[in-house]
Amino acid sequence: MQKVNRLKPFFENLVFEREDNNMIINFGPQHPSSHGQLRLILELDGELVTRAIPDVGYLHRGMEKMAENMIYNEFLPTTDRMDYIASTSNNYGFALAVEKLIGLEVPRRAQIIRMMLLELSRLTSHLFWIATHALDVGAMTVFLYAFREREYAMDLFEEYCGARLTHSAVRIGGVPLDLPQKWLIHLMKFINDMPEAIETYEGLLDQNRIWKMRLEEVGVITPEMAQSWGCSGPMLRGSGIAWDIRKEEPYELYDEVEFDVPVSDRCDSYGRYKIHMQEMRESLKILKQLIPMYKETSPELMAHAPKYISAPKEQIMTQNYSLMQHFVLVTQGMRPPVGEVYVATESPKGELGFYINSQGDPYPYRLKLRAPSFWHTSILQELLPGQYLADVVTIIGNANIVFGEIDR
Amino acid sequence: MAQHKINYLSEGGLPVALTTVDKLVQWGRSNSLWPMTYGLACCAIEMMATGGSRYDFDRFGTIFRASPRQSDVLIIAGTLTKKHSPFMRRLYDQMSEPKWVISMGSCANTGGMFNTYATVQGADRIIPVDIYLPGCAPRPESLQYALMLLQKKIRKEPASRKLKPKRLV
Repeated sequence: MQKVNRLKPFFENLVFEREDNNMIINFGPQHPSSHGQLRLILELDGELVTRAIPDVGYLHRGMEKMAENMIYNEFLPTTDRMDYIASTSNNYGFALAVEKLIGLEVPRRAQIIRMMLLELSRLTSHLFWIATHALDVGAMTVFLYAFREREYAMDLFEEYCGARLTHSAVRIGGVPLDLPQKWLIHLMKFINDMPEAIETYEGLLDQNRIWKMRLEEVGVITPEMAQSWGCSGPMLRGSGIAWDIRKEEPYELYDEVEFDVPVSDRCDSYGRYKIHMQEMRESLKILKQLIPMYKETSPELMAHAPKYISAPKEQIMTQNYSLMQHFVLVTQGMRPPVGEVYVATESPKGELGFYINSQGDPYPYRLKLRAPSFWHTSILQELLPGQYLADVVTIIGNANIVFGEIDR
Repeated sequence: MAQHKINYLSEGGLPVALTTVDKLVQWGRSNSLWPMTYGLACCAIEMMATGGSRYDFDRFGTIFRASPRQSDVLIIAGTLTKKHSPFMRRLYDQMSEPKWVISMGSCANTGGMFNTYATVQGADRIIPVDIYLPGCAPRPESLQYALMLLQKKIRKEPASRKLKPKRLV
């Protein structure tokens, strides 16, 4: 325990050898720019960080343990609260893992609707990223502009599933609803308006002297470092490695649409900022291609697998056997075959993987989430030493970490 | 058109409004509630959206402050875990009187969907709460409504510095 008469900082489980005149600073867990409940313990030499220890777990809610006591469909809304900025990407990652475990074929229209929601959530996530990152660095205007456009994307979500933040719009085996009337017109309007908005942000930031001074040569991640720390997503692509799971192991219809993977060789925060901007444009490109693809599909929305997925509502109401099956699936839950599966998807933040170990019960025996933010937080201990204290905020904001998925 | 019977200039005075000091002080307090930027989880995103361009929280005189010393309202936006709860208690104690608490979202109200070993089942076990805001996550409009309810509550309270101790559940 701490000795009151000795002026030595006390932290649980951590021992500092203090022979020199270094200063130890506690950053978080409640800090306006720590993006959630990140706690950093920083050892400073003057203004230079010499040692950084990220401390996570302040938002640990026991989600993986919860999954072991819930039937698969019951757990789906919980995945919303993992990466809450882009919740559809979590819903989808979990649904895809269960579908792989069962071996389900999802109808084409459902695939297209899922892709639309995924790309929209990538846009909201990146818009949120640029808003908060710019706010941390000191550009308040960008926050207000980016949130304006984010609300338009939220409107689209709301029109489709009724929820703004926690959608649960992707179900195991498909999607529950078809697109509402006029949704595609609203989407088209959004797609047409967005490029101008992205140009506005770039116009505010690209050549901004303060923005460049705060981001250039700050938080340099070499390609070797990025690989050895398990970075993915924009953090990896910012180090010059073109790796996008949508391209490497295409899921859904990502092999049918055309898009580029933006890569930057700059390795610094500014390069990653450019990548995020470019990725928003690529998402818009994908959304644009999906609209004509949607119109050519037949109206099935859920996979046909009576053992695992309930029949459509009309069938349940008219056919006795479907009603029985629906009752069993709701009360007992589906029973996937024995086996284990790991499915990785490209969430806005990086590689989001779900590992499910099934013993044939309606409950997963073990569910493990591989969250990109977790790995991007752990790199801070190598990234922060040698940087100035003021740049810590920039680097945290740039890493795009979300604590819902780090701590689960 | 109705005509005013009183000619204020001839009566030798300006319009007079009669009130009590209590009401005047509380009116002032209720219209400049400064919340603390205390984002814990998902609800924090909706709290930011409330402060963003469409919903514009500044209209209510609420400006987010990053320090407990400068803020009047603590909006608990998100899940409170056992590991975090000492920090919340400390931040609440650091806020200067008078202070109010809005518990935003199901997690802060009752633990919500997270009935696990790690989650505090309701923030009111740690600090007294004035307004409970249901929803997961509540929409920005409902946060604004919660704030309006809090303003109403404040206007009814006495301005005396000796507030009654708030009940902890």
